[in-house]
Amino acid sequence: MILFTAIASATGLSALAVVLSRNIVRSAVWLLFTLVGVSLLYFLLGAEFVGATQLIVYVGGTMVLVVFGVMLTAQQQFLKIRTRPQEWIVGIVLAGALFTLLATVSLRLGEGRTTAPTESMPGTGQLGVGFLTTYLLPFEIISVHLLVVLIGAAYLARAKRRPREGVASD
Amino acid sequence: MKELFSFLPSPFDLLAACLVIGIILISFIAVSGLFFTWLERKVSGRIQDRLGPTRVGKYGLLQSVADAIKLITKEDTSPDVADKFLFKLAPYLALCASFVAFVSLPFGNGIVGHNLNVAAFFILAVLSSEVFGVILAGYASGSKWSLFGGIREAAQVVSYEVPRSMCVLIPVIVAGTLNLNTIGVQQTGFFWQWNLFHDPFTFVAFFIFFIVATASCKRAPFDLAEAESELVAGFHTEYSGIRWSIFFMAEYASMFAVSGAAAILFLGGWHSGLLPFEPSLELGWFGHVLNVVVFVLKGWLLVFVMMWMRWSLPRLRIDQVMMTCLKYFLPISCVLLVGVCLWELFVPTIVGQVWRWASAVVCALGLVVLLVQMLTKALPGPKAGLPGAWEGMPTPLLRAKSA
Repeated sequence: MILFTAIASATGLSALAVVLSRNIVRSAVWLLFTLVGVSLLYFLLGAEFVGATQLIVYVGGTMVLVVFGVMLTAQQQFLKIRTRPQEWIVGIVLAGALFTLLATVSLRLGEGRTTAPTESMPGTGQLGVGFLTTYLLPFEIISVHLLVVLIGAAYLARAKRRPREGVASD
Repeated sequence: MKELFSFLPSPFDLLAACLVIGIILISFIAVSGLFFTWLERKVSGRIQDRLGPTRVGKYGLLQSVADAIKLITKEDTSPDVADKFLFKLAPYLALCASFVAFVSLPFGNGIVGHNLNVAAFFILAVLSSEVFGVILAGYASGSKWSLFGGIREAAQVVSYEVPRSMCVLIPVIVAGTLNLNTIGVQQTGFFWQWNLFHDPFTFVAFFIFFIVATASCKRAPFDLAEAESELVAGFHTEYSGIRWSIFFMAEYASMFAVSGAAAILFLGGWHSGLLPFEPSLELGWFGHVLNVVVFVLKGWLLVFVMMWMRWSLPRLRIDQVMMTCLKYFLPISCVLLVGVCLWELFVPTIVGQVWRWASAVVCALGLVVLLVQMLTKALPGPKAGLPGAWEGMPTPLLRAKSA
């Protein structure tokens, strides 16, 4: 409980730092710490697979690309973020609405349950079997969706070459 | 480990256990780092036909201690244009990532910081985040050389992650678990029980994994992030003193981590391959010590091979590095993955056994023959002539003869 509180508050603080930091690269680094903190919370709660997935997908994959992109685009005029007052107001209203929504939903989730679940977390074996039997259709839809996104990204990122004579353009 | 501290109240027993495990692991990393720097110099010396360190201690063994003292007392500088906070943070990020991988690496049967059920996956996840230290160092230094190094490293590591994960998946399919301790226990017995000899696909996968792991540790011939002939020293150009040495500690730590993972996944982990039983169950604490010694020796042997590769091969160009990954390693590892699935599903047990025996015996015999040849071959004496275009040119030896 003490550990959970410590890690959760550290995660929360670094999430605040993401927003409050003026330097865009530092924001990205604070975001990295936030994501690592979330995965630590997963590990602490016994969800090892989710924690490791959080690490490999967000920390190892997404954050590398984010930092990479930020580093390449962080020129003088984009490096410092200047926020205008009206943007502050819109941001605060949106964040407050989202927070109220999440808080009410998560408080209502715990209503029916009086004791903490005692059974251990399902392992990777059960997860895999679940994916290939009960949840096969959603799993397939997501896989195909990701494949489409992948091909689309590759198509967009492809170097545009002018079609030469005698050579098919595609 | 947590049970040892059960006299402490609830979160503190966990913290005390973490502290003890952390201290043991960080001392191991530091000591093997010292040993590896010495070994690297000796290996490079031998390959480049010179002696390496000889002055400090017997065989120059204390050279790394002398270096460490020099590095600690050196001034800790940072450039004016650097982003100071990130510049100071970067080496620790790199070290953290390699260090955390050791937590779930079993050194013997049950001798593991934390026996995770998804240890193989966890090690991959953690080692892939080591790149952050390098990217941030490259950016925060405020130097073009460093930035180039960081960007190359990011591109390289993100691409090499894919074949590396696939090669880890191959022994995992054979074992049916992600728990590294269980994978180690499954390979109990003589050396033909190792996953390396399970089928032709795991045999190839080991070599692919080893090369790809070398690349993801940014070791030569894949050390594009440093590339001292082009980028001064790449991402650590601006670093000096203790922060520079932390980068190298992280590099040696991740070299040992991937070598240890390769040993567990393919080479029987802590089993020497010469005993038909699990040593820790039959021999008690002596068996545990034997396990740890065998595992560490296997890890060091693989690190030695990495050094050997580094000093023998020239550095690849960046486009060659990317091409090797995307055009060769990726398709090969896909084929191996499909192949191992088909082998598991359709090949009868007897064929598997025959392959296991045949490949193991051929490999062992080949290794013995090679070792005997290397040890008994007469050393080449100095030649009295030059090869190639210089043929016939007078050399000191020829001149001495004619005089």
